Amino acid sequence: MSVYLDHAATTPIFDVAADAMQIALRKVGNPSSLHTEGRSTRKDVEDAREVIAKAVGCLPSEVIFTGSGTEADNAAIKGLFWKSGKKVIVISSIEHHAVLDPARWLVEHEGAELIEIPVNKSGVIDLDFLKDLISKRGSEIALISVMHSNNETGVIQPIGDVVKLAGDIPVHSDAVQSFTKSPLSYKELGLTSMALSGHKVGGPHGIGALILRRAYEIPALLHGGGQEREIRSGTLNAPSIVAFAAAVASHQYRAEQVAKLRERFETGLAASVPDAYINGVSADRLPGIVNVTFPGTQSDSLLLLMDSENVSCSTGAACSAGVHRPSHVLLAMGHTEITAQSSLRFSLGANSTEADVDFALSVLPTVIARGRAANQK
Amino acid sequence: MKIIAAMSGGVDSAVAAARAVEAGHEVIGVHLALASNPQKYRSGARGCCTIEDSHDARRAADKIGIPFYIWDMAEEFHDGVVENFLAEYAAGRTPNPCLRCNEKIKFAAVLDRAKAMGFDGVVTGHYARTEIGPMGKTLHRAVDPLKDQSYVLAVLTTEQINGAIFPLGDTEKVDIRIEAEARGLAVAQKPDSHDICFVPSGDNAGWLRDRLGSEVGPIVDQSGTKIGEHKGAYTYTIGQRKGLGLSVAAPDGSPRFVLKIEPVTNTVVVGAREELAVSKLFGEKTIWCGPSIGADPLRGFVQVRAHGAPLDCTYFFDGQRLIAELDEPLLGIANGQAMVIYDGDRVVGSATICESA
Repeated sequence: MSVYLDHAATTPIFDVAADAMQIALRKVGNPSSLHTEGRSTRKDVEDAREVIAKAVGCLPSEVIFTGSGTEADNAAIKGLFWKSGKKVIVISSIEHHAVLDPARWLVEHEGAELIEIPVNKSGVIDLDFLKDLISKRGSEIALISVMHSNNETGVIQPIGDVVKLAGDIPVHSDAVQSFTKSPLSYKELGLTSMALSGHKVGGPHGIGALILRRAYEIPALLHGGGQEREIRSGTLNAPSIVAFAAAVASHQYRAEQVAKLRERFETGLAASVPDAYINGVSADRLPGIVNVTFPGTQSDSLLLLMDSENVSCSTGAACSAGVHRPSHVLLAMGHTEITAQSSLRFSLGANSTEADVDFALSVLPTVIARGRAANQK
Repeated sequence: MKIIAAMSGGVDSAVAAARAVEAGHEVIGVHLALASNPQKYRSGARGCCTIEDSHDARRAADKIGIPFYIWDMAEEFHDGVVENFLAEYAAGRTPNPCLRCNEKIKFAAVLDRAKAMGFDGVVTGHYARTEIGPMGKTLHRAVDPLKDQSYVLAVLTTEQINGAIFPLGDTEKVDIRIEAEARGLAVAQKPDSHDICFVPSGDNAGWLRDRLGSEVGPIVDQSGTKIGEHKGAYTYTIGQRKGLGLSVAAPDGSPRFVLKIEPVTNTVVVGAREELAVSKLFGEKTIWCGPSIGADPLRGFVQVRAHGAPLDCTYFFDGQRLIAELDEPLLGIANGQAMVIYDGDRVVGSATICESA
């Protein structure tokens, strides 16, 4: 038996999406062309746009297709910064690198000042800090970016409160992990922009979306044919867009069912490795993510051992050389480098089963014992 | 057996891993990240832990069809190898960091971790052989004398040798490249690495100067008379003739060589070539690669450099120090070098030279 518990990294493409993609791949027609074939592909793309718009509670014209969630984050962070003419970028200390790195890049290359909002032990941002910051320096702030839920811990952030505190300051949210997993409405949240990704929701790789307020124009990263409101030039990736929408429309992710599996995993974990603890356990979390610290271990050893037992999970961050690094998310939550590097993320998906959970639990005690022995050397 | 293949990204470790798989072992490839800030690309034949090297190792593992992981050993490597290298030079000795790496990292940190995780041993691309006989598992020279690496492995204890597999010892390097080509390994023609991997520029003296400073000190002759100045005693090696910058000639006009480095006084002592000759070596920190020996003199060979010649000698252990009496005098021995004793092609053990006469 082999068990895949890394759905937060990527999840299997849904059959409906693969089928839709298969058909679209064989179809000719550039959606920007004016002839019959072009119009037909354009129709497919616009149908898909409406599906995505409906799913996130925005207007179809507010959906800008990108090549990835990372691209959507980059376009938003850089675009909002350049548009504002202001210098201060405020992000949470637990952002994904897709937000963190463009923000740092702006510091290095464009004279930005970066301020990070701390989080509490449960991994939830400190709203008082933000409130205080806005009252003191609100007029200097170019944008605020806080992820909708964290990719490592699954902890959901109070985005509605952030938007209220922000007032006129633009707010971006990386909603890549939350999309289809937890209630998410762009309109209700009142965000300026939001990032989505296809392959996290049963769609294909290489497709994402930036949701950006209607008639709110930002400088583009890619210039060319003027597609997507001139914010994202490049021939539209119609097959992936169609498949992305097919996955979203299928509503195959059953949050309650996944949450039950998580419950089962967490209960079993407490019994089999009593000193293990779940990060962000007391916070509101996504149904499918469990981030566990196993004291006295090193997560790269654990990953190897789990992998040998045919269970795939994640250690979180790795540097460009492939070396495991302590997670900045766990460090922000008060972990030491040692405990941060003793942690694994297990993430469940739409097709996860009780048998998957039970199998993972069955191999854990041996893996942890060996991981501890390896760490004592 | 379940084994870890240490894969540097070079041709040797790739073929070693492939051979281990063919021998029926369950093999998992591991690349050791030894530099905390690895360079992106390899420059020439230097270095062995760039991002490009880890990519090459991964692609070799893909080709062989084994799982592949990266283990971060940067801290262990820094503490056990790099710091030791600096401290030895600072103390006026000449260390060999490859021996330390085998002793502290590849067959200690890695092997220990592998065993704790349920593996039986570590396979590497070193050119050496092991044999199982009445003395247990013993370490031997490789068949290719030009590539033989038994010298740098002579720091392994019997227990470590028991956990080590060296599949390349019976083959010549040229045939390993042919085999790699036949196996479709992209690294088949990758240049050999040599020099010191953590000194990517290859400028050993410059690297030491950057870290240990370059304090000017005297160059003296054997009578103690100052005849010149140097910029950091540790950048000289025993037996060195060039680059001394001496303006005063020796009384008899013969060339002068570095005889001694005195770190405390930051002094370099020079003298005539014959003063470099030694016929007796004393070593401390002895490690036995098989059964230990006693005070009864034995005949065999001693080797003092990684690719040095085996020298006929009589050797014994006086209870504290390993002693080798050479049949023919040897020039230019520095404290800190390893002396490795061979009984035929079997490695008896090694020690760090602390005195010579």
